[in-house]
Amino acid sequence: MAKTIQGESAVWEMVIGLEVHAQITSQAKLFSGAPTAFGAEPNSQVSFVDAGMPGMLPVLNEYCVEQAVKTGLGINSAINNVSVFSRKNYFYPDLPTGYQITQFEHPIVGEGAIEIDLPDGQVKTIGITRLHLEQDAGKSIHDMHPTKSYIDLNRAGCALMEIVSEPDIRGPEEAVAYLSKLRMILRYLETCDGNMDEGSMRADVNLSLRKVGETKFGTRCEIKNVNSLKAVQQAIEYEALRQLEILENGGTIDQETRLWDPVKMETRSMRSKEDAHDYRYFPCPDLLPLEIENSYIKAIKETLPELPDQKKHRFMNDYGLSLYDASVLIAERARAEYFENAAKGHDAKLAANWVLNELLGILNKNNIPLEDSPVSAKQLGELVGLIEDNTISGKIAKDVFADMMETGKDAGTIVEEKGLKQVTDTGAIEALVDEVLAENPDNVAQYKSGKEQLFGFFVGQVMKKSQGKANPAMVNQLLKKKL
Amino acid sequence: MDKKTVQKVANLARLNLSEKQENELEQQLSKILGFVEQLSEVDTDNVEPLASVVDIELPLRKDEINDGGYADKILKNAPEQAEGYFVIGKVVE
Repeated sequence: MAKTIQGESAVWEMVIGLEVHAQITSQAKLFSGAPTAFGAEPNSQVSFVDAGMPGMLPVLNEYCVEQAVKTGLGINSAINNVSVFSRKNYFYPDLPTGYQITQFEHPIVGEGAIEIDLPDGQVKTIGITRLHLEQDAGKSIHDMHPTKSYIDLNRAGCALMEIVSEPDIRGPEEAVAYLSKLRMILRYLETCDGNMDEGSMRADVNLSLRKVGETKFGTRCEIKNVNSLKAVQQAIEYEALRQLEILENGGTIDQETRLWDPVKMETRSMRSKEDAHDYRYFPCPDLLPLEIENSYIKAIKETLPELPDQKKHRFMNDYGLSLYDASVLIAERARAEYFENAAKGHDAKLAANWVLNELLGILNKNNIPLEDSPVSAKQLGELVGLIEDNTISGKIAKDVFADMMETGKDAGTIVEEKGLKQVTDTGAIEALVDEVLAENPDNVAQYKSGKEQLFGFFVGQVMKKSQGKANPAMVNQLLKKKL
Repeated sequence: MDKKTVQKVANLARLNLSEKQENELEQQLSKILGFVEQLSEVDTDNVEPLASVVDIELPLRKDEINDGGYADKILKNAPEQAEGYFVIGKVVE
């Protein structure tokens, strides 16, 4: 699905904004000293603050503030010197206090923008409206009992960054590209692990349709529970067609909260939420405004790592890589590091090819993460070096590489042990060429009478005789001379 | 303050009021709001909002684990519990 959908009466444009909840990778919670690790025994990581016990007071975790500022700088956003925590009031069983401490009128991070890379190679800028700090709720589990729900408060109080985009996104591909880039930035900054399976990054999708050319926005629906890149794509595709059908039939869209059902592959209305939007925000009386100095912001700015887009542009400029190769290499920080280590002192383009086509290919096929690769970056660099200085041919290098993956041995050792060193001795190759020509007089005659496509046959024969070790360029050269 | 507002606020606060209580609260809340309304007579132009009457900054805490690990206490007031979870009536949509 592209950015627009063709209806019977008009062409409609999708207008999408995303709200992303990213859990901060802190040890303790936003306002309490209880741990945040995923998968602990139920209710074992809950303090009396998180459980909403009377008289308990929240105390802000300074590390979470730092991570929010860091993330704000990473998404090119303005940092606000003063921000205010508010209470968002609603009733739900996994919210023991009856309110969520969040930031409303005065978020810690204001407007910014990130670049997204589209499948067709285009780059688009998506505006960021804000980033604010807030607590997570607990977890309701509905499938442990036929008539009961089970509540685990371990997640209650964990620190979240809610990152809200401008309605700049058009279509499911752009939404997926935005989420991928945002996740990449968070992982580079190490402020959130970006793990959508464990719920440490979740997205709500706001979607409306309008006729192409219209400048006003249509009525939007908010879709919750969209917890993977695939689900984002599917939920948008479903919801856009649902709204299209209503609008094409002259109906109107009700502004409402809908739930994505990944099993039935549909969005459906959450009627109970109708009243819920009256949150009665007010400043949290337990917390003073958060004030941060410019010197503090500056100090954090100095710790920022090279971000994905900066790295991408550097790879293209310094190493002469294509946009595509650079984009794939920077997708993970560890991958980019591996490449740079392998390319150190060697032909960078060749190193990039080996990382992208050979290494990642085999690792992915065998489900091995890059960190556990049997071949280190330095070892791959050495292999690239052997190709560069003509010690081995590219073809032999593939066999050597397969051997390295299996045994973990260095390329040089394998070449030595197996006697794979490329034959660059003119005399030796000449002898092989002479043998081949003597053994195939018919083909030589045909070649000489004009059947030039036989040239490849001769090359193949010589290479075969040398067990693949002859330098192909020299074989070509000598054959041409002799024929 | 009218009766409809009282009912709405009661609903948001999950309070189940009798008609008598609604009438009483309508009057009481109107009086309270009227009393507080006097504050609007004060000219607050060019006055910054005051977050606290004491001159202190928001205290911060290090990112250290020093709490939790007492599920039994957390669950002590639970109306019902099983396998370490709070157990409540089904709330799934």
